[in-house]
Amino acid sequence: MSGALLREEIGTGDAAPRPAAALRRHVPLMLLFLTLALAPLVARFGGESYVLSLLLRVMIFGIAAMSLDLILGYGALISFGHAAFLGLGAYGVGILMSHGFDGAFLQLAAALTASALFALVTGAISLRTKGVYFIMITLAFGQMLYFLATSLAAYGGDDGMTLPRKSLVFGTRILEQPFVFYYLVLACLLGTYLLCCAIVASRFGRVLRGTRENPVRMQAIGFGPFAYQLTAYVIAGTLCGLSGFLLANQTEFVSPAFMTWQRSGELIVMVILGGMGTLHGAIVGAAAFVLLEEGLSRITELWKMIFGPMLVLVVLFARGGILGFFRRGGRG
Amino acid sequence: MSTTLLLVQTLNGLQFGIILFLIAAGLTLVFGVMDFINLAHGVQYMVGAYFAAMFSAYTGSFVAGLALALPAALAFGLLLEVLVFRHLYDRDHLDQVLATFGVILFLNQGVKAVWGAAPLFVPMPSALSGSIELMSGLLYPVYRLAIIAAGLGVGLLLYALVHHTRAGMLVRAGATNAPMVSALGVDIRRLFMIVFGFGAMLAGFAGVMVAPILSVEPGMGDNILILAFVVIVIGGIGSIRGAFLAALLIGLVDTLGRSLMPNILRLALDPSMASQTGRAVAPMLIYILMAAVLFFRPTGLFPVKR
Repeated sequence: MSGALLREEIGTGDAAPRPAAALRRHVPLMLLFLTLALAPLVARFGGESYVLSLLLRVMIFGIAAMSLDLILGYGALISFGHAAFLGLGAYGVGILMSHGFDGAFLQLAAALTASALFALVTGAISLRTKGVYFIMITLAFGQMLYFLATSLAAYGGDDGMTLPRKSLVFGTRILEQPFVFYYLVLACLLGTYLLCCAIVASRFGRVLRGTRENPVRMQAIGFGPFAYQLTAYVIAGTLCGLSGFLLANQTEFVSPAFMTWQRSGELIVMVILGGMGTLHGAIVGAAAFVLLEEGLSRITELWKMIFGPMLVLVVLFARGGILGFFRRGGRG
Repeated sequence: MSTTLLLVQTLNGLQFGIILFLIAAGLTLVFGVMDFINLAHGVQYMVGAYFAAMFSAYTGSFVAGLALALPAALAFGLLLEVLVFRHLYDRDHLDQVLATFGVILFLNQGVKAVWGAAPLFVPMPSALSGSIELMSGLLYPVYRLAIIAAGLGVGLLLYALVHHTRAGMLVRAGATNAPMVSALGVDIRRLFMIVFGFGAMLAGFAGVMVAPILSVEPGMGDNILILAFVVIVIGGIGSIRGAFLAALLIGLVDTLGRSLMPNILRLALDPSMASQTGRAVAPMLIYILMAAVLFFRPTGLFPVKR
């Protein structure tokens, strides 16, 4: 019986959402993007570039968290080394720039290619393992890259390197203008979101969700999970590379600290905090994380002493993250 | 590279491997028996080192500090188990990873709040300070030899406990099939607590032992935790023997890799290039080793039979 159910899900996708439900789903999302789009205009009156840089962080980590959600939420692949791709994207900018290649397109191409290749190779090895071994091997690959970065003396080693400027677009310094860069990041976020939505809704996405629920049964009905999982892993890594490219350009700084295992943990936290397997939850989670970090660190330097227990409480008592909380609230 | 230096580095590698084993032993038992990923195991090591610093400063003696730090580390581990971890045994791995990550964040800052951010130093016990001449021209610090001896002693004790006592038999049975052990009428919660407390104490012991040779500082458990995970994954989760051999392997590969790699590469590359590449590759060696092991044996070298 459940086999029939599964086949139906793969064949036709989820039952078409009722209009009211679709509205309830889409309105907050549009509000979210609208807020992000209007924020610079409001912030200009406030005269605060601080708000913009905070929102930029939210959006950039939103992209990274969303890419993780694609494999974590839809493929049940707990990658504990996702920050490696953040670092690869950032070092793609940094290394090319230090050799005089300033062009944004070349850097972006390098960042994405490096991320995709790294994901392809490490994914192919990691996906041979299951469960906790997968967590550990992704962690190990992340650490490997981290230590590689710390030993690259020519590119700043442990301390990282400050970039002389943001990437150039057709030789112009257009990215230096705050609004241009802000809307570029927003466009990347929106693009990533739409792309991920399309992937999740496609036949590929449904097979991926099938492997999440029951790999053995997927195998039995003729879908080998490996190819689908590896493809998803490569897509997720590449998208996270994009976020690394943007992060390097925002901070004008590249450092091994971008890819510590704690950063990988934080990305998982963002996904869970917002609500796993929802895509836009990753943006909400990134926003919650960045704003909490900012807010709590204003109260006390030891903000992690508050954040840590909060995390434990969220895991123990608030399943489904922030979105899950609202959904339950809406139903009750 | 002279033979003496090679021997010294080999001993250093062994000593590092022994410390790794003390941490990994608890981790692999907790994981094997309870199917529980405890990222916060590294903070047990850190807390052990802090307890050693506090008690040895208070009593003025390292041995008294050690004697007080061990029960304190045990009590601390059990406290964490009761407060947080026992609510996570039935959860999936992702929840366990997240909640224990939260515990790390809290405790890394917690020790900062209690003991300050500056590193603490623990004086070496005077009986074990100084060096001993192992061979002509080979001087080696006595304390590091003491660590190796203590670690081997604990390893033997652990082996005896796990393989020749009733509790150890239950632990092995639990690692193979916990629900079955529970169904046979064993109080599995109590068994979990014993294993957990014991693992926490071993990690704390490792922390106490390294306190005199490393600086005691917040976050000192984070990187060694990752290495301990590498060890238990290579050794096969749940296997003490695997953890022991993998810990020595990792300790030796890491230590020797860092000192030998530039020299080996010098055979093929020019000197400056060789030292640069060597420094870059050496820290990656153990992760490459782990990837290679998992590629050929996806459940480690000594998987526990299921």
